[in-house]
Amino acid sequence: MIGLPIAQLQIQKPGGADDCVSSNGFCPEWIAENIDRYWTPLLEHVYLTVAPVAIGFAISLALAIMAHRRRWLTGPVIAISGIFFAIPSVAAFFLLQPLTGLGYTTAMVALVSYTLLIIFRNITDGLRNVPAETRDAALGQGLTERQVLYRVEFPMAVPEIMAGLRIATSTTVGLAALAVFAGAGGLGAEILVDKRFKSNVVVAGGLAVLLAAAFDLMILGAQRAMTPWRRSRA
Amino acid sequence: MIAPGLAFLGDFGEAIKFIFQERESVSGGVQIGGIPELAGFTATHMYVSLAALAIAAVLAIPLALWLGHLGRGDFIATATSNVGRAVPSLALLAFFISFVGLGYTNVIAVLVLLAIPPLITNTYVGVRQVDRDTVDAARGQGLTGMEIVRKIELPLALPSIFAGMRTSAVNVVATATIAPLANVQTLGEPIITPQTYGFVGQLGASILVAVITLLVDFLFARLQRAVTPEGVKLARPAKARRRFSFPTKRSPKQA
Repeated sequence: MIGLPIAQLQIQKPGGADDCVSSNGFCPEWIAENIDRYWTPLLEHVYLTVAPVAIGFAISLALAIMAHRRRWLTGPVIAISGIFFAIPSVAAFFLLQPLTGLGYTTAMVALVSYTLLIIFRNITDGLRNVPAETRDAALGQGLTERQVLYRVEFPMAVPEIMAGLRIATSTTVGLAALAVFAGAGGLGAEILVDKRFKSNVVVAGGLAVLLAAAFDLMILGAQRAMTPWRRSRA
Repeated sequence: MIAPGLAFLGDFGEAIKFIFQERESVSGGVQIGGIPELAGFTATHMYVSLAALAIAAVLAIPLALWLGHLGRGDFIATATSNVGRAVPSLALLAFFISFVGLGYTNVIAVLVLLAIPPLITNTYVGVRQVDRDTVDAARGQGLTGMEIVRKIELPLALPSIFAGMRTSAVNVVATATIAPLANVQTLGEPIITPQTYGFVGQLGASILVAVITLLVDFLFARLQRAVTPEGVKLARPAKARRRFSFPTKRSPKQA
């Protein structure tokens, strides 16, 4: 197995034709000319964020529904996902490579494992915070346990579940910047192409921050749309 | 004879050997690995991490205690944690490398910035969670503002403050792994320079980083339990714990 070389390539134009670039300034002109090189890493980064959060959400949801009926499952799930969560992503990207090789699979496995703790805890907390009176009222109206879960408890837990999704998403945007160590590209790879060149760092790093902010607003918007009964209060 | 499906065990075996035994570098000529070299990397790693955590604690905790005592700072507490989560650690380090420079000071500055948000949020929330009746009772007994902070709010907020310390410590130790990008030779050195250390070195360093981070996490979990006042352990104030709920109560992960 060959290690990933983190080469320091020069993307500045050689020869010093451009004063700003050769003196390593912050160069709007260089950015305008070279913005195209950032679209592919940005798309990779979007993929490295959306896919792990989606897969992590599906797994967490399944685990949370299981743990809702069998409360004793909650402790072990949190303990195990807590251990995954504490392992630094850079280390995880290498520890997985003997099993899953260099590339997307490795990045994906690690990133998914980090979302589990956050999303699982928020779903179970959200379900548990539904007032007992509300549950009783629903049961009293003749709803089955199953109907109570899907028609009463889940809708009421939406704000907490979405809060978990927001944290998981912005966390994943940040961690995906390190997926370059798994050989999975993304904006982190673009930062490392020339980490001393100000214009490069500002564009690649700035896009990552904007991406996190954009996802955050989108999820917040979705939450508002899904819980119209809360809007009148706010 | 190792079955082909278990070949990955060989990588891990080699990586562990790298930790304990010196060997020649991939490019030849230099001796790499072994306990003395990795102990040096570990020492640097712990030095920058501890320095950053200490500076961040001194800056963030008094400020957040004060804001929490006044009850003004919901905005600051939420905003710092949101911004803190949105800025990737690699981007922050690269900003410093390109705009400020390389070296210890800059690496520690980056780690301090990463450690501050969880400390502010957890300290603030910890103080706000203190039952208002308790504070009123203290005030009625004639305690001054300063005394209320020191004798009531700080002790009762300690578990939450240490939860923040735990998050920050884990994030800082994890992020210190990429410090060699700024020429500070932490345990990330073999990871960043595969041309010398090869995949075995990268894997060996990753094992060490993972083990050390898990130890730090465990240590701070124990500390958190140790600083919880006896009375709080006896009667978990369930209603007070739910009163303030920030989206950040789940410890953010930065690296």
